[in-house]
Amino acid sequence: MKLLQQAYDWLDERLDFKDLAAPLAKKTVPMHGRSYWYFLGGITLFLFMLQVCTGILLLLYYRPSAGEAFESVQYIMTRVQFGWLVRSIHSWAANLMIFTAFAHMFSVLFLKAYRKPRELTWVTGMLLLFLAMGFGFSGYLLPWNTLAFFATKVGTDIAGQVPVVGKWIMIFLRGGEEVTGATLTRFFGFHVAVLPGITTVLIAGHIFLVQRFGMSVPPEVEERWKAAPAEAREMKFFPSFFLRELMAWYIALAVLGALAALLPWELGTKADPFAPAPLGIKPEWYFLFMFQTLKLIPAKVWLVDGELLGILVFGAAGGLWVLLPFFDGAARGRGRRMILGAGIFALAFILVMTVYGYVAK
Amino acid sequence: MWRNKTIWRYAWPGLLLCLAAVPALAQSTSTCLDCHATLDPPLQVTEQQFAADIHAQKGLTCASCHGGDPKLADMDAMSKKAGFRGKIEKKQIPELCGKCHSDGAYMRQYNPSLRTDQLAQYKTSVHGKLLAKGDLKVAVCTDCHGLHGLRPASDTRSQVHPLNVAKTCSRCHADAAYMKDHHIPTDQFAKYTTSVHFDALTVRGDLSAPTCTTCHGNHGAAPPGVDSVQNVCSNCHVFQSQLYEKSSHKAAFQRSALPGCMVCHGKHDISHPTDANLGAGPKAVCMQCHKPGDVCDQARVKILGNLTQLDDGIRGADQLLAAAEASGMEVSEARLEQDQARDALTKARVSIHRFRVDPVNQDVQAGMKIVAKNLQAGKDALRERDYRRMGLGVALLSIFMVLVGLRLYIGKMEQKAR
Repeated sequence: MKLLQQAYDWLDERLDFKDLAAPLAKKTVPMHGRSYWYFLGGITLFLFMLQVCTGILLLLYYRPSAGEAFESVQYIMTRVQFGWLVRSIHSWAANLMIFTAFAHMFSVLFLKAYRKPRELTWVTGMLLLFLAMGFGFSGYLLPWNTLAFFATKVGTDIAGQVPVVGKWIMIFLRGGEEVTGATLTRFFGFHVAVLPGITTVLIAGHIFLVQRFGMSVPPEVEERWKAAPAEAREMKFFPSFFLRELMAWYIALAVLGALAALLPWELGTKADPFAPAPLGIKPEWYFLFMFQTLKLIPAKVWLVDGELLGILVFGAAGGLWVLLPFFDGAARGRGRRMILGAGIFALAFILVMTVYGYVAK
Repeated sequence: MWRNKTIWRYAWPGLLLCLAAVPALAQSTSTCLDCHATLDPPLQVTEQQFAADIHAQKGLTCASCHGGDPKLADMDAMSKKAGFRGKIEKKQIPELCGKCHSDGAYMRQYNPSLRTDQLAQYKTSVHGKLLAKGDLKVAVCTDCHGLHGLRPASDTRSQVHPLNVAKTCSRCHADAAYMKDHHIPTDQFAKYTTSVHFDALTVRGDLSAPTCTTCHGNHGAAPPGVDSVQNVCSNCHVFQSQLYEKSSHKAAFQRSALPGCMVCHGKHDISHPTDANLGAGPKAVCMQCHKPGDVCDQARVKILGNLTQLDDGIRGADQLLAAAEASGMEVSEARLEQDQARDALTKARVSIHRFRVDPVNQDVQAGMKIVAKNLQAGKDALRERDYRRMGLGVALLSIFMVLVGLRLYIGKMEQKAR
């Protein structure tokens, strides 16, 4: 203990922890009926950190080639001490992370936390959500099992439908005309190097912006507090909010542990590029609403290819979603209600189409 | 531009001439159809039938078989002078078809891989021999292959495609009234449709599975003799035949003029063999000849015991591995190895044809080794599952305690701050 104290004193003398922690000590979090939504961002961050840790552990045994990928994951699941736990947590945490990221995005939308001056926080957050989906898409192929192989084939086929650059994107993603070992290698590269690099930078930016502007207070609460300033309440970020956030992380960890132990992530059968695609092939749940919509659109809508139209609409909707705060800033009254309506519609659409995608054959 | 005009000026009379020749060309091949397409059966030959016929597709015409000159108008085309043969008598059909189909040099230009011994074979068949004796009820080429609109055997619509052969044979052989004079059973087709071979052919779609012609021959169709049965079955069941060859049953069956494989497996209604065939119940085959308690019966009991042991072992390991898999445990390696145990069981069942205990036991023991390993893998997986669940319980309890501790700490801390 004495040694630890000495080490702390030695560091403190040089780094001046008190000065460093000063902004943290001043930081507060507003307290109101909807404060619990503030935890979602932190939980998503916690799950991302878990992903990084378990991902690094998986890297110790994983081999990114068509001939060895499946066997190496099988080895991790059966032979490596706690390999099953690491892989199951990695897979479950990935899904939970995308879920909490979506929930975080909608909570920010409905609490109107994207308003000026937090436009860039929203934009970086949306980009992070897209990156999380990119992580999911690239990571799904890595075990090189049948479902992943054909889902990637379908997914990259859809990317190939994009006008003008579609074919190029498809070939770039696949590393050729078909999904092969070359696709696996580059998906591995995206998954463990390209995406984590970009994500780390964006997360740093996102957190910086959150710290810079503080937590947003919903407009109606803000108005109420403006009218009666005595009602305004807040808690210290450190340690009050931080410890509560820690509790949320522990709960997330308990959920993850239970999922990993009771429902270990399946491995399936090794991909056979020459085998026919299994019936009812479906993507991961977070792509299902788009997949199901594309399936429902007729082959031709007027003179336009149905699938192409769907891709264009989704692309445009995604783009507009990223720029949402800028429309809100310009809109007044009815315009703002339209944005709220669009949010409710988007949430309902995603829920309905996801459930429909699961139920449909 | 000028050049194009000049070409057109000289080319158009030629083009007109070509167009005029088209009906003439068409006429040269179809004047027979002009009338016969409108006639009633049996003289009717429709254009669709003719177009589907492999001979027509290869450039042969009605005259190739019936003679005559289709270029001549009206009935002149069918005059004796034009070489018209008219309706071909049934007994002349094999020879007429054989004129081309037995000519290797001629057939080579159409299909070099097609055999040219059909006529010679036909003459050795029961059909051919009876036809030579003047029996016109027997099958000739057209009875099986069809008349006009004849398709190659590889075409699924052909009467002689593997999927249709049995039905084609049954047209005569399942007709008791038609077969009355020939004094042979007419239940072959009905029995065949209950057989494992029919199932393999029609349900599994295995076109190499036996149909009538596989065992009886096609053009040389005849029932295989008692001594030939083993040779017929061995075409597919090679290992069984090799083991049977060395067994004591081979000589014993020969001495008693028994038809080899058929003694135990039956004829047209061969069902899927099961271990019950080795038992003493209603499906028992050994006990048809052997007495209970004799040396052979004792061997039978041992063989059956061995097979049952492995079969039960595989089933038990399957159940255990399925339970482990349902709990989310990764046991695909053991699942895959179960196939090796199943292979060992199949091999042991084949080894029965040696009619000795040792070879069967050897295969069974090899399978049991694999089963034991897989059973252990299943048990290990279930033990690991329980260990994980216990670990989860401990972890959840620890997390719960931390949560309670944190909540109490926060409460205390905030109370103190107030």
